[in-house]
Amino acid sequence: MLEYLIRRLTGTIPVLLAVAAFVFLFVHMLPGDPARLVAGPDATPQDIAAVRADMGLDRPLVMQFLRYLSDTARLQLGRSIKTHQTVAELIGERFMPTLLLTVFAMAWSVVVGVGIGVLSGVKRGRWQDQVAMVLAISGISFPGFWLGLLLIDLFSVRLGWLPTGGYGGWQNFVLPAFTLGTAVAAVMARFTRSAFVEVTAEDYVRTARAKGVPERGVIWKHTLRNALIPVITLTGLQFGFLLGGAIVVETVFAWPGLGRLLVDSVAFRDYPVIQAEILLFSCEFVLINLIVDLLYAVVNPEIRLR
Amino acid sequence: MSDLALAAPSLRSPAAEFWRRFRRKHVAVVAGCVLLAMIFAALAAPWIAPYGPATPDYDNVLAGPSWQHLCGTDTFGRDIFSRILWGGRISLTVGFVSVAMGGLAGVVLGLISGFFGGLVDSLIMRLMDVLLAFPGILLAIGVVALLGPGIDNVIYAIAVFSVPVFARLVRGSTLALKQTLYVQAARSIGVRAPLLMLRHILPGTLPSVIVYCSLRVGTSILTAAALSFIGLGAPPPSPEWGAMLAEGRSYLGVADQITLFPGLAIFITVLAFNLLGDGLRDALDQKLR
Repeated sequence: MLEYLIRRLTGTIPVLLAVAAFVFLFVHMLPGDPARLVAGPDATPQDIAAVRADMGLDRPLVMQFLRYLSDTARLQLGRSIKTHQTVAELIGERFMPTLLLTVFAMAWSVVVGVGIGVLSGVKRGRWQDQVAMVLAISGISFPGFWLGLLLIDLFSVRLGWLPTGGYGGWQNFVLPAFTLGTAVAAVMARFTRSAFVEVTAEDYVRTARAKGVPERGVIWKHTLRNALIPVITLTGLQFGFLLGGAIVVETVFAWPGLGRLLVDSVAFRDYPVIQAEILLFSCEFVLINLIVDLLYAVVNPEIRLR
Repeated sequence: MSDLALAAPSLRSPAAEFWRRFRRKHVAVVAGCVLLAMIFAALAAPWIAPYGPATPDYDNVLAGPSWQHLCGTDTFGRDIFSRILWGGRISLTVGFVSVAMGGLAGVVLGLISGFFGGLVDSLIMRLMDVLLAFPGILLAIGVVALLGPGIDNVIYAIAVFSVPVFARLVRGSTLALKQTLYVQAARSIGVRAPLLMLRHILPGTLPSVIVYCSLRVGTSILTAAALSFIGLGAPPPSPEWGAMLAEGRSYLGVADQITLFPGLAIFITVLAFNLLGDGLRDALDQKLR
């Protein structure tokens, strides 16, 4: 296990470096002078010169990149052009709302998605399965922002049960977390069903049935436990999807999170914030996948030996 | 189904065999017909749409559905049904063009990567890993931030994140096909690498590529609409479906038709592509199931 851990960790470092390089080059790929862009539209020539010296733009690209890495490691991400706050501060304020939203969305969608998938697998071909799979493919095809708007229309505008948006008590979480999790629940249901059906065909399940294990035991002990192993990997991948989905859902519900910050920053061309956010989102995604791979190796020893 | 296949070994051409299997997937056939109708409606929008996409009717502002305006009108009295037909041109173009671009690049990279292996393979695949390290819509937002908003840039943005999906898929099939007897035989009589890849390996990878194309077009349309909705895609006067939804936001409970119908159009289109993709997968490729 230790050997696998080391191999997997060392494999992640080049990917993280490459991601950082992409994000670093991002500002350099923009048309125009990076110093002018970072200094903002109202900057005087003195400001621009100061920014240029500060960013070390006169030095070789490799040196600039190394400096960018060391600055990033110390969380010195520059200042927002729009609010003049430091980027680290800005992201710090917005971090918790997005984290809570994604965690709630993930929690309900995994439980419901896996539940529906197992029900479908057990009742394969019957009406329960058909209804569940129609719901699942509809969930995958449903535009999240449309669902959000329809829910606001029904529960906030017409019934007045829940707030239309904003951050606060549990009432504020219901609609955004439901909206964000729907597509994930649908993907989980489809995937769990096919994993379940696949395991049902295994020899050891037939053996269990043949030796007279009751159906309940066959499902819970022999089939489900094995079917859930690939589901772990999918959960990790879906987390990345949720981070992306949060960008849209936060816009619908006026949620003060990282996603809305990113959208506002792109609209305002606030490049220091955009750069930091893209780096943060990507690193989160890479790290979550790493954690999932490690978990996967814990439950499935076969992986470690490859 | 499987015992039937055993009884009658397939003497049909691959196309006929595919059609025989696909025909039985009634849901997918219906989805395909819906899509054909939508493509036709989008192409014929200038002739069949009752109004122009930007024609205002100030006597009928925010009107509900009626015989005069099938889906009602928006804040400027523009006919929503006509705008949806015109918007279909945008959404379908974005879907098809971005998947064609991303798919082509991905197929070429995947073929090269799987066929040559070694250093080329490692380089290409590491690059794909990095692209996959960015969640799809984030990559698209990055590209839009770089190039500026607009529908052309949305197409590039979505094409970029389709590339690694196709590259991985094709690389996998290429690795398997490279070992098959007929490819080895072709190689042994001196068929050169480009021809080997194009004529002998590429056709074998196509079934799974076609399935992914259908699924990706749906995803692309959804992403494009999302980008327009958050204001990074098609600019406001455009009848893009996501942009129309964004306009309807302020009129929830007052004029629901602005939100309802464009959203329904996105949902039906994406659902049809997904159902078609599922049906194609069952009919074309047993391994993908």
